Amino acid sequence: MRENPLWTLVVVFVPFSLVSIGGGPSIFAGIQHQSVAVYRWVTAREFVDLFAIARAAPGPGSMLVTLLGWKVAGWSGAIVATLALFVPSSLLCYGVSKMWNHYRGRHWHTALENGLAPIGAGLILAGVFAIFRVAGAGLLSWAIAGVSALILAWRPKLSPLLVLLGGAVTFAAVQAGLLRI
Amino acid sequence: MKPIRTPVPLLAIFLVFFRIGLFSFGGGLSGWIYREVVTLRGWMSDSDFLSGLALGQVLPGANVTNLSVYIGQQLRGPAGAFCAVLGLLTGPFFAVIGLAVAYDRVVDMPWIQNAMSGAAAAAIGLLLIVAVKGAYQASRRLTSFGILAATFVTVGLLQWPLVPVVLCLAPVSVTLAWPRTGSDA
Repeated sequence: MRENPLWTLVVVFVPFSLVSIGGGPSIFAGIQHQSVAVYRWVTAREFVDLFAIARAAPGPGSMLVTLLGWKVAGWSGAIVATLALFVPSSLLCYGVSKMWNHYRGRHWHTALENGLAPIGAGLILAGVFAIFRVAGAGLLSWAIAGVSALILAWRPKLSPLLVLLGGAVTFAAVQAGLLRI
Repeated sequence: MKPIRTPVPLLAIFLVFFRIGLFSFGGGLSGWIYREVVTLRGWMSDSDFLSGLALGQVLPGANVTNLSVYIGQQLRGPAGAFCAVLGLLTGPFFAVIGLAVAYDRVVDMPWIQNAMSGAAAAAIGLLLIVAVKGAYQASRRLTSFGILAATFVTVGLLQWPLVPVVLCLAPVSVTLAWPRTGSDA
């Protein structure tokens, strides 16, 4: 019994979309199990490579599924897998956002907004730590992050691209310098 | 709460998110989105953005995608949400496939990986600014600051699971915010 591979991608990724609470990291283990052990789309080694690529490339880390779809069925697989993972959760989020907007101005809405804002700020701060922990970043990364923040606080209109470029060049240069020593 | 006077063009939404998506290395995206949407364009307020961010993290889906849906919806309804997400994901879609195709060659060039680590670290700088601003706003009220600190310590330092923590803190935080909303509104 051979099913249409595109349909299989939909069947596998749509449920992951709806349980990925907290974002991509919460479903990576499950996706690995499905694509390596159950459907054998990729080997365990390939999966780790794809994971690293998705992390290195711009965009959410869950673009990992784009690569899995690509491995399974080329361009159409990549598109189908991406839609399967991002559309269901986006529709849900759309519904919630719409309700959120609809009740704007009500007393309880203002209370919710004022109550959620400090949590959002705390989550960002926690996210900064989490990214550094996952990346295994050292002192250099922290220094670059700190200096970038200072530069952007000092010159808010400066293009972030320049700052990112500065960070990239600095990091690569220091690492290359260390290698020679 | 201020009404949007002239609707933000859909193309502008698409282009802002397209640029953010294409150059978003290492997960510092919400910092950049904040800068483009709140600081530079004034499309929404601080608390609008931050509460949307908290909503998006509790719901399933990539946090940054949810944040884009939220912002797009607030600005232009369904078409706005569609343009924001499409803009956000189009660049990375091609970039991630391109990188996969070139991967074997890229592994042999450590400077590329180093450069990407550096760009990711700089992106964290963007995020730090939002965190500092949020902390500054929250510090005007002891309760808000306590909630912010509790969120950071439990999720960031102790690495407790995010969703249960938020589901526990949110009712407390909202209850504490309740009595003062009357005077703020």
